[in-house]
Amino acid sequence: MIKSQDVSFQYNKEHDNTLALKGLNLQVKKGEFVVVIGHNGSGKSTFAKLVNGILLPSGGKLYVDGMDTADLEKIWEIRKAAGMVFQNPDNQIVATIVEEDVAFGPENLGIPSPQIRQRVEDALKAVGMFDHRKKPPHLLSGGQKQRIAIAGILAMKPECIILDEPTAMLDPSGRKEVVETIQRLNKEDGITIVHITHYMDEAIDADRVIVMEGGQKLLEGSPKEVFSKVESLQDMGLDVPQVTLLAHELRKEGLDIPADILTVEEMEKALWPLL
Amino acid sequence: MAIVVKQANYIYDKGTPYETNAIKDVSFTIEDGEFIGLIGHTGSGKSTLIQHLNGLLKPGSGTIEVGGLDLTAKSTSLTEVRKKVGLVFQYPEYQLFEETVEKDVAFGPTNLGLSQEEVKRRVKDAIELVGLDFEDFREKSPFELSGGQRRRVAIAGVLSMEPEVLILDEPTAGLDPKGRDEILGQIKKLHSERQITVILVSHSMEDIAKLVDRLLVMDQGKLALEGVPKSVFKEAKQLENIGLGVPQITKLVNHLIDKGHDIPNDILTVDEAKNTILEMVRRKKNA
Repeated sequence: MIKSQDVSFQYNKEHDNTLALKGLNLQVKKGEFVVVIGHNGSGKSTFAKLVNGILLPSGGKLYVDGMDTADLEKIWEIRKAAGMVFQNPDNQIVATIVEEDVAFGPENLGIPSPQIRQRVEDALKAVGMFDHRKKPPHLLSGGQKQRIAIAGILAMKPECIILDEPTAMLDPSGRKEVVETIQRLNKEDGITIVHITHYMDEAIDADRVIVMEGGQKLLEGSPKEVFSKVESLQDMGLDVPQVTLLAHELRKEGLDIPADILTVEEMEKALWPLL
Repeated sequence: MAIVVKQANYIYDKGTPYETNAIKDVSFTIEDGEFIGLIGHTGSGKSTLIQHLNGLLKPGSGTIEVGGLDLTAKSTSLTEVRKKVGLVFQYPEYQLFEETVEKDVAFGPTNLGLSQEEVKRRVKDAIELVGLDFEDFREKSPFELSGGQRRRVAIAGVLSMEPEVLILDEPTAGLDPKGRDEILGQIKKLHSERQITVILVSHSMEDIAKLVDRLLVMDQGKLALEGVPKSVFKEAKQLENIGLGVPQITKLVNHLIDKGHDIPNDILTVDEAKNTILEMVRRKKNA
């Protein structure tokens, strides 16, 4: 679905030589749920903008569904295939009524209006916001607004959705709503998800986790593989789930506990024979 | 400066279809120099509550006393109160507006009519308190800084007023783990060095557990729980019911207790859990 070949990117060529991305190589397969983590300035948002063709690589090639993002004739096809959701819900809502906001994308694609109606209805149902379709967005909570933003993308029938820290401004229950929504879209509708986040607990259920640092891919693997590298994650200033950290500490003390514990339940099981 | 809230009520949009009772009969006392964590779900009333503490909102009924001043009395000068109670809103960096960091941080104290030397001293002090180098940053435009730096400049703008009570509404929202730890570390340091009263509003239990002396938990406009972090976290089920995440360690400890293990129920940190588990393993071996 997404293939990044040796992609580099430089924001300001005249004043600044730093590269936001330095030869990034990665692939996302169709139907995969990939979580990208890394702290501010690691290049993860730059990568998201490149996938959508908002930015073009300074070097290397980026393909979305086989299309080169540098090919200007394909840009609308690319954006239709890969939709973006951003961090701040208030910056991406354009209309004064929820259903009009969701209709904005398909309207711009020139889709006949009976079909738009159907798509808006389906999209709002998919994110669990159909009952709120007549409401003005400013009366919704952050998590609800973010689900509206996702519905707006869904109405364009993308194959892939890239979410750039969609939960950073939300409270725990808003985060849960959004995460459950994208997990469902991935499982039930087979939509490829690239979820960029700081929250490690959102990475636990991913098919694959990619850790970025300094514009490059530093670690990659299943959540268990990645999180068991407690020390390298901590060196990068990233969080590790508390029980993973506890497992790491107990192993150092010589206890026989797996290194790849991510949940409280797994920890209980591991402790059971020891206590 | 002590804060005493008695039976405060607040209703938004009274008399309209959108009428909401945001604060219901809330009473509590905060002692001078305390570090308080105020937690609650979105819509629980915590942001409404803090706006009462510097007179931005007045309760429909009940009283709010800050440092002996009754904010509900007509005769009280709210300007005086606001000099003493500094409020850092959510995403305060959106409120930066001056050309340079120095001018922005100086805006408050300049309006207090202080001498130029005093303003400069306070600005330098405030910028250094948030961990930025005064000489490096004074001439910079706030707009060429990173998000975390901008947030710190905005906090410095409140600190330069030298408040006796500092209230921060979700000061780490949207920051990455490193930025979050830096800001929280500076707030902790500020509290211990200056002995001011700090109220930290957050929905992250994990962040707050390590820092504060006492927690106030809001739910649906009411004060649901109150006490030191260890005693509040014992109420894991109630916290989950009101939509607040409980730290993994707290969950683990509670599950182990449910299974009949004899361990203290006030374990908060990974280190405490590690030591307790090691002790249990040793006991079992020796048995």
